[in-house]
Amino acid sequence: MTEAGTRGVYAASDPLTEQMEELQFVLGEGPCWEAFSLRRPVLVPDLGGVSPTRWPMYIPAVHDSGIRAVFSFPLQMGAMRLGVLDVFRKRTGSLTGEELADALAFAYVTMTALLDHHEEAATKGSGDVLADAGEHHAELFQAQGMVMVQLGVTIGEAMTRMRGYAFAHGRRLDDVARDVVARRLHFDRDLS
Amino acid sequence: MITVSVQKLATIFVEIADTLVDEFDVLDYMHMITERVAYLTEAPAVGMLLADQHSRLEFVAGSNENVTLVELFVVQNEEGPCLEAFRTGEPVVNVDLNNAAGRWPRFAPLAVATGFRSVHAFPMRLRRQVIGTLNVFGDVAGREFESDDVTIMQALADAATIGLLQERAIRHGETLTEQLQGALNSRIIIEQAKGAVAQAHGISVDDAFTVIRGYARKHNRRLTEVANALVTDPHSLQQLFT
Repeated sequence: MTEAGTRGVYAASDPLTEQMEELQFVLGEGPCWEAFSLRRPVLVPDLGGVSPTRWPMYIPAVHDSGIRAVFSFPLQMGAMRLGVLDVFRKRTGSLTGEELADALAFAYVTMTALLDHHEEAATKGSGDVLADAGEHHAELFQAQGMVMVQLGVTIGEAMTRMRGYAFAHGRRLDDVARDVVARRLHFDRDLS
Repeated sequence: MITVSVQKLATIFVEIADTLVDEFDVLDYMHMITERVAYLTEAPAVGMLLADQHSRLEFVAGSNENVTLVELFVVQNEEGPCLEAFRTGEPVVNVDLNNAAGRWPRFAPLAVATGFRSVHAFPMRLRRQVIGTLNVFGDVAGREFESDDVTIMQALADAATIGLLQERAIRHGETLTEQLQGALNSRIIIEQAKGAVAQAHGISVDDAFTVIRGYARKHNRRLTEVANALVTDPHSLQQLFT
């Protein structure tokens, strides 16, 4: 799913999962849609406990397939939305605190991989970057907004450019962001 | 230290409870809380921090949002009254910052340098869980919170927690996670919008926030909605000053 309205299943771990994702697109309802539009996770530990009016077509269809719980995490950073990560379970029950933190971190890593156009990383994931995923200062997001305007690109592309710059110059992303906010670094002037 | 009348206090509590409305916006709500607390206590600065999934305290709203002040909130992931209130679930009140360098070697000198004399922190509690903290800074010596003030402030922090989570009876941890993640993401939207406005109009990010909030209020629109439009629609960036 993207802001521009492009929708499709990007990657699925197995045929059943793929089928479940296709189902949501066909029906136009379900936790994935809700997570995207509300810009927050939608966690359903027991699909049997969901009011039938919430997703009238989705619930019976997904139940037939043996899925009992679903957890949807938006791949987002503020106003930038790249899609949704769905986790399905064949038994009911909440995610533990650790599983939840892992899922959120994995969603973050997937999002950054998509930003960097690393399709391989997006589908395989990477364990060592999970530890500090998502811990950024306000300057990073302020800089992202500034670079967006400097280059006349989307908010997502602005982050891609900043990450690319940090990588190319061997610098930490937060330091690059601080320079942008302090107006020591201008993506429109200094990089042309 | 609480200086307003009982009538005004009652009005504030009703305002905090009134969240089941269509126009509810989590960013507006969090800012409203910090402003009301600042008004109530005559404090120069009030901030709200919420814990993320790693129990890191993230700054989400301030009665004013200048860069130095935000830094004071960020430091409290390592040490400070908010971290203590968050961990213990108990208020931390009337700490004289000039005598707190031993307790908080980084936070206390920074707060003094910013011009503050005292600090207080109230845990935002939902039953046994602490989801964040309210941080109050004072700049006049000797103006302390009395025991009644602490009771009122803690009740306000707890009421704000319920209002923020918009759920009268949260039975599942799921709802808490959903709402908190949503609130934290809204905070990122406002930062992105501050950057965009600062760049487009050649002003500081602090001033950009004032402009965005002023625009939202003048046009009676939600802060999150305005911020989101500023980031996703280049046209709205130009409209801001017209």
